[in-house]
Amino acid sequence: MTQAQLAQGKSPLLAVRDVSVVFGGIIALNGVSFDMQKGQILGLIGPNGAGKTTLFNCLSRLYQPSSGDILMEGASILTRPPHRIAEIGIGRTFQNVALFPNLSVMDNVRVGTHARTSSDIISDSLKLAWVRRGEADVNKKVHEILAYLDLEDVAHTIVSGLPFGTQKRVELARALAADPKILLLDEPAGGLNHEEVYVLGDLIRRIRDERHMTVLLVEHHMGLVMSIADHVVALNFGRKLAEGTPAQVQADPDVIKAYLGSKDQ
Amino acid sequence: MSAVEDVVTEAPAVEAVPKRAMTLGFGTSLVMLALLLLVPLFVKNFIIFQLTMLLIYGLAVLALNILTGGSGQFSLGQSAFYAVGAYTSAILMEHADMNYALTLPIAGIICFAFGFLFGQPALRLSGVYLALATFALATAMPQLLKLGFFEHWTGGVQGLVVTKPDAPFGLPMSQDMWLYYFTLAITVGIYVASVNLLRSRSGRAFMAIRDNEIAASAMGVDVALYKTLAFGVSAGITGVAGGLGAIAVQFVAPDGYTITLAISLFLGMVVGGVGWLPGSIVGSAFIIFVPNIAEGISKGLSGAVFGVLLFLVIFLVPHGARQVAMVAQQLIGKLKK
Repeated sequence: MTQAQLAQGKSPLLAVRDVSVVFGGIIALNGVSFDMQKGQILGLIGPNGAGKTTLFNCLSRLYQPSSGDILMEGASILTRPPHRIAEIGIGRTFQNVALFPNLSVMDNVRVGTHARTSSDIISDSLKLAWVRRGEADVNKKVHEILAYLDLEDVAHTIVSGLPFGTQKRVELARALAADPKILLLDEPAGGLNHEEVYVLGDLIRRIRDERHMTVLLVEHHMGLVMSIADHVVALNFGRKLAEGTPAQVQADPDVIKAYLGSKDQ
Repeated sequence: MSAVEDVVTEAPAVEAVPKRAMTLGFGTSLVMLALLLLVPLFVKNFIIFQLTMLLIYGLAVLALNILTGGSGQFSLGQSAFYAVGAYTSAILMEHADMNYALTLPIAGIICFAFGFLFGQPALRLSGVYLALATFALATAMPQLLKLGFFEHWTGGVQGLVVTKPDAPFGLPMSQDMWLYYFTLAITVGIYVASVNLLRSRSGRAFMAIRDNEIAASAMGVDVALYKTLAFGVSAGITGVAGGLGAIAVQFVAPDGYTITLAISLFLGMVVGGVGWLPGSIVGSAFIIFVPNIAEGISKGLSGAVFGVLLFLVIFLVPHGARQVAMVAQQLIGKLKK
């Protein structure tokens, strides 16, 4: 048990337990463990190749860990196929934006509700009354999210033509549409300018507070992580280097060495 | 990122009319329907028969469009599904004395199952490899239909002759005209259902898979399920078209359903515009009438003339009828101003 857990006396929302990933002969992750408490913004940092994205892909079930376990509210997620991760409340965005380029903003966000809705091809083809009611609910929810993220003006625009920053927001909207408990953000600040990064930081905090979410932030941008994360986990060469508050991690000699190199090198 | 607005609690439950890239507007649809209803009243029986075939191939092209334009999977095996549908209808009518109209849903269901099952192994393939696997299916089908084992049912190489239905309730119209309106009713029904399907949660899942499988999966879309469903739906509609084709032509034989048919349907989809459902009828017109036109230009070189015409279409309007329709829409928009 971590110190935070002992102090608060509650079980973590998400627990990463001794996770290792081996690709061929390369150890991408080596026994990484940490907990995420409900309502936390957890920053996952580390230099290139540290294993951040590998860990991220284990959480979204694209990779299968060689050993260890990942528990969501006490239950292992490793028995679930990738498409059954959204329904237990894990939503994600992608590092280089993975939208559906030929669909409108609205349809992209509508796909986000897939895990929270149900239908079958016969009822859909006949547009039965319950399907129409379901679609009306979906549209209402999608409009609410688009308004929340200031995307209403582009609701019917095909996403491939939108600026990168806007596409990132659409991706966030799509993730929010599934009502996730945990939002996994893979380098959300990548490709954004200085000012946009701070607006984004503000937005992530607001999403956490107003929509009651827990956020895992994988990020290169140190300024962003240090300003909004409650808890930071630093990785290097697949191992956990340090863990603690942003200030603690920033002051950690191993972390400084990993980022800047040591004097005697 | 720009500033974020406060939460808007009252969002409109019904959205404003969006640009629907896959379908026609309501007004245009009505005009098309009126044309399809009225034209047969003024033409000869042979032309009515051709119009029936136009609708039937239109359905088959539509089915391929759902598969390729909707879910992003290629198929050169549609002729196999068409054949199964045609034989199902013909066998049920000739061996079980079943009413022709009742054979169609059965043909559809059998082909849905066939397509769904075929979709399972096809899941491991994509792009050109999937096209090749379906190509194998198309080449195997005529031979399977000729097998001595099935001969009692299929009639072997000779095929089966199907009786053409009369107009019911003593309606004063020719067999051809009745069959045309019967086909039209089914075509419109399937078209509307297809539009509904593509605009629904299932349709969005198809298109999400087409655009990005990993992202679709992360959103909770069961990629394997929806890919096989798309195959099933496409095969099912093709099967109904096959059944209608058997009734209209009054004959089924293995060599009527070769790979050439599959390639024609593929061609029809490209000419109509991949992913644009109304284009299916234009694509169907192309594969029915353009070979005749080519023959009119030169009997000996009809194939070459057809090739040149096809090349011109692809060169001038690579996105097919969809592109023509969009240009026309823009022109009309300008004229209105």
